Amino acid sequence: MKVIEQEIAALKNTINEMWALVHQQIYNAGEAMLTGDKELAYKVLSRERRVNAFELKIDSDCEDIIALYAPVAIDLRFVLAMYKINTNLERLGDFAESIARFSVNLPEGEPIDPELVKIARVEEMLHELLSMISLTQEAFEKESSEIASRIFLKDNIIDEINHDSTPLIAQYIEAHPGSALAGLYMAGVIRKMERFGDHCTNIAEELIFYLDAKVMKHIGKTEEK
Amino acid sequence: MIKIDAQNVDFYYGDFHALKNISMQIEANTSVAFIGPSGCGKSTFLRLFNRMNDLIPDTRLEGKIFIDGRDIYSKGEKVDTLRKNVGMVFQKPNPFPKTIFENVAYGLRVNGVKDNEYIEETVIKSLKQVVLWDEVKDKLKDSAFALSGGQQQRLCIARALAISPSILLMDEPTSALDPISTGKIEDLIHELKKEYTIVIVTHNMQQAARVSDKTGYFYLGELVEYGETRKIFTNPEKESTQNYITGRFG
Repeated sequence: MKVIEQEIAALKNTINEMWALVHQQIYNAGEAMLTGDKELAYKVLSRERRVNAFELKIDSDCEDIIALYAPVAIDLRFVLAMYKINTNLERLGDFAESIARFSVNLPEGEPIDPELVKIARVEEMLHELLSMISLTQEAFEKESSEIASRIFLKDNIIDEINHDSTPLIAQYIEAHPGSALAGLYMAGVIRKMERFGDHCTNIAEELIFYLDAKVMKHIGKTEEK
Repeated sequence: MIKIDAQNVDFYYGDFHALKNISMQIEANTSVAFIGPSGCGKSTFLRLFNRMNDLIPDTRLEGKIFIDGRDIYSKGEKVDTLRKNVGMVFQKPNPFPKTIFENVAYGLRVNGVKDNEYIEETVIKSLKQVVLWDEVKDKLKDSAFALSGGQQQRLCIARALAISPSILLMDEPTSALDPISTGKIEDLIHELKKEYTIVIVTHNMQQAARVSDKTGYFYLGELVEYGETRKIFTNPEKESTQNYITGRFG
């Protein structure tokens, strides 16, 4: 194996590890939120530093490969895509951290109101998001742009839940004025999850750029216009 | 405007089939790089454009090559007229054992130019074109061998330009030069293509990427892929091209 191939394989391993860590972080943050498990939430907060360390390492590895090996064609697209996927994964890690903070700030011993969880469809949203990130990783590991393109459809479900949530949460707050703060927090979490879906979509776009040299950015937005 | 038009070119060294059915069009005022492993035929193809291969015994050409619409291998075409129009720069700088001034003036003198004022103007203009003038203006009567390798190579380019060609062929022009001199030649290529059509053979992939508008990838005598350099180096059509430019070849 040539040196550049070894470097690329090493970068692939590192980003795969980050991917798995970020997935675990989001899963744990969601569990902590739904069950009120503060210990788990604190665990997410402490492991966020590892996500940041991965980001710095991958940035540095990409820079080294570009500077030392002047990659071209598929190698260049790979490094550029990993550089951007790295940023998106790090943002997803930030998202897990913010959900964990929400859980930490909940009143002691009180998990979030199951009725609020149900009407905001937050569990469903979380499930979709975790499956999106699993799908992006599967697309990466199998080098399949077909799998990557399935993520765009999933993002539509996220957008729909987000769109419907505001009036539903408003109704909840009206009916439970004492839980207004929890309702507002939940609205914030839903917004973040919507952004999370966008990051997964960005990752899918980068994978398709790497694999097929196709630029998918802004295509959906253009069509909407 | 199409400057060079090669149509179904086959070339043989004796029984060896060195170029296989190559067709390529090169537009005027562009730079085109030929890349490929040693022995792939890229230099052979380049040398067909000024009929340098005519000097090699037992060679045979099939197909046609047009420059400015003229079939350069047709009967009646004069090789020396062709070579005035198609200048060439080689891998190793090869100045003549003459002064710096006379090296550049040489082409004009052998072509019968007697007007010294015109010769001087042309020498100065050519040296300025290759950005060598400021370095040599005070030592034009010194031997060309006193120049550094990079300066000698620019002198050879000036010598080629002095007889006003419209095409410049470069066969690995920087492979014997240090990075600073290489950078100067590459900058020069960008400047020169405003007035000339440049075809360069290079083993340096990054150089091909930096200096050319289009790139042709040759392998075993075939033109595997020819297209926009930007495309070749980001998303080549053929897997063979990708394997070569990414270093996974062989």
